[in-house]
Amino acid sequence: MSAKDRSKEGSMKAITANRLRDGEVVFLGEGGVWVESFAEAALFPRAEADGVLAPAKEKAEREQFAVDIYAFEVVEQDGVPVPATMRERIRTAGPTVRLDLGKQAA
Amino acid sequence: MNHIAPGARAGIYHYDEIDRQFVAERVEQFRKQVDRRLSGELTEEEFKPIRLMNGLYLQLHAYMLRIAVPYGVMSATQLRKLSAIGRRYDRGYGHFTTRQNLQYNWIKLEDTPAILHELAEVDMHALQTSGNCVRNVTTDPFVGAAKDEVVDGRVYAEILRQWTTMHPEFTYLPRKFKIAISGAESDRAAVRIHDVGLLARRNDKGEPGFSFYVGGGLGRSPFVGKLVREWVAQEDFVAYLEAILRVYNQYGRRDNIYKARIKILVHELGLEKFTQEVEEEFARLRGPKYRLDPEIVEGVRQHFAPPPFEELPDHSEALERAKAADPAFANWLAVNVAEHKAPGYAIATISLKPAGGIPGDATCDQMDLVADLAERYSFGELRVTHVQNLVLAHVKKDDLYDLWKRLDAAELGSANAGLIGDIIACPGLDYCALANARSIPLAQAISARFADPLRQRTIGELGIKISGCINACGHHHVGAIGILGVDKKGTEYYQITVGGDPTLTTAIGDILGPAVTETEAVDAIEAIVDVYLANRSDESERFIDTLKRVGHAPFKERIYAAD
Repeated sequence: MSAKDRSKEGSMKAITANRLRDGEVVFLGEGGVWVESFAEAALFPRAEADGVLAPAKEKAEREQFAVDIYAFEVVEQDGVPVPATMRERIRTAGPTVRLDLGKQAA
Repeated sequence: MNHIAPGARAGIYHYDEIDRQFVAERVEQFRKQVDRRLSGELTEEEFKPIRLMNGLYLQLHAYMLRIAVPYGVMSATQLRKLSAIGRRYDRGYGHFTTRQNLQYNWIKLEDTPAILHELAEVDMHALQTSGNCVRNVTTDPFVGAAKDEVVDGRVYAEILRQWTTMHPEFTYLPRKFKIAISGAESDRAAVRIHDVGLLARRNDKGEPGFSFYVGGGLGRSPFVGKLVREWVAQEDFVAYLEAILRVYNQYGRRDNIYKARIKILVHELGLEKFTQEVEEEFARLRGPKYRLDPEIVEGVRQHFAPPPFEELPDHSEALERAKAADPAFANWLAVNVAEHKAPGYAIATISLKPAGGIPGDATCDQMDLVADLAERYSFGELRVTHVQNLVLAHVKKDDLYDLWKRLDAAELGSANAGLIGDIIACPGLDYCALANARSIPLAQAISARFADPLRQRTIGELGIKISGCINACGHHHVGAIGILGVDKKGTEYYQITVGGDPTLTTAIGDILGPAVTETEAVDAIEAIVDVYLANRSDESERFIDTLKRVGHAPFKERIYAAD
């Protein structure tokens, strides 16, 4: 289920990290695969997020894939799931003062 | 290797073989540490303090690498290297910081050893730019050039660089430790907001010595540094500093990060008790081992010998003609150019604050241009200021117009040094993992609102400083107008303070009232300016002087009247 579809079911969470080798912001996608785009991030009901986070964190750390792994809240805005906080919105897009940089530039 | 040829540049400390070997060894050490981290031999918990000791942070979008620019002075060759690294490993720009350093925002961990290797080729590194050690010592950006200079702070900053690098007692302090030195009558280094602030002076015999201020700092608990000793002779310079650091190491709190800085220790022990402890330690330390040998001082001083100034008349006809012909240049001259101690020369501040721009950011093309201009007009060296600008310290007055035209063509010619457009802003939530709110967009909006250079000049000296969190990297506490970004239930708000002062009359600003939104903040700043202009006794009365005279009430009334 895509981020757009799942977020409509209520308050959701996504799981994020920075990739170890280059610091790139990544999100846990479907099937436990890490993806670079928030649009491809898996969304989890709040109550389930912690249960998904713990093993994903353990695996990513064990494989030296990612660091600083945590879950963040997602809300629906105009029918589209978006991170609830400005901090996570900036991480998913890039600096608001340099639209030519970060994921938003891709 | 592409080392700077000794003697080829003025005012730059030239590494000897010991320096070079040390930095090269550290690069190779870090290369192996990165390999071990990537292979899983080191955990993140084990690796994090190691990468921080090499200036590498993990921020919102990527790793951030902070490069040391010792006391803010570098050569054109070094700036070109920073530019080349920015192009090759980052996104074509760098950010100059309030500690006179440079940060890259988009660095890959796997590239970092190669970057450090390239830096070492020009005698640069990222050591002591992070971690609980003595950080890069800062000084007056006009050092060696200012007309009001009494003592050359670079000499003692370099001695401290050598003294503190890898000093076993200073590697695991309770918290980071920042030192600033000023050797001029005007304080352009904000010495009293540092853990140790040093005012270099001369006694009746002309001998150099230092006043030691201790326990200044901003952040969560701002304090103005307190005078611990009025006069420390040059020979005791290192011993007295070591005594302070020993007392800090012994009594500084390691159980609570928010109470670990020396400012808290000075505050909790009290100035009298703290001073007594330092004096006792100093008495124990004082002796041949800690005596700063005048020959060592002289050896370092020779690195900073004055450049080969031409004998020139102080008056420049070419300058006067350009000034009369070009009002925009005349304005820049009046605002961004300071008096030099050598006749016929001047100090030029290059503003990194174009109207609507990002304070402190410079593109790699701009860095290359400034490097070229430094070679052409200022003996191949330049400085970074704690206000996030650059300085060419030794420009012939005859050359100022050519210099400005070249700067202006590259959006580096803004005439706003010390004025309302010369805003300090931390990277804020656009980049920083610690921030609660964005700083840069507000700085951009304010500088755009006050873009008119003549309006800025009419307003006069007025420093705005913006921080995106309570750590106060944007020095908001000492802004004539300070702005602190806060997060209120997911919305950015900005708390305004007034009356801060980073100079020798150091003052922490007072909160004016409830925090306002980003849009309201720009209007509030304009309202504060309007109240100031309406109330100042004459054009020479600065904002902070009017504020002291009329108090906060008229400003509060204007901003919060509608509430």
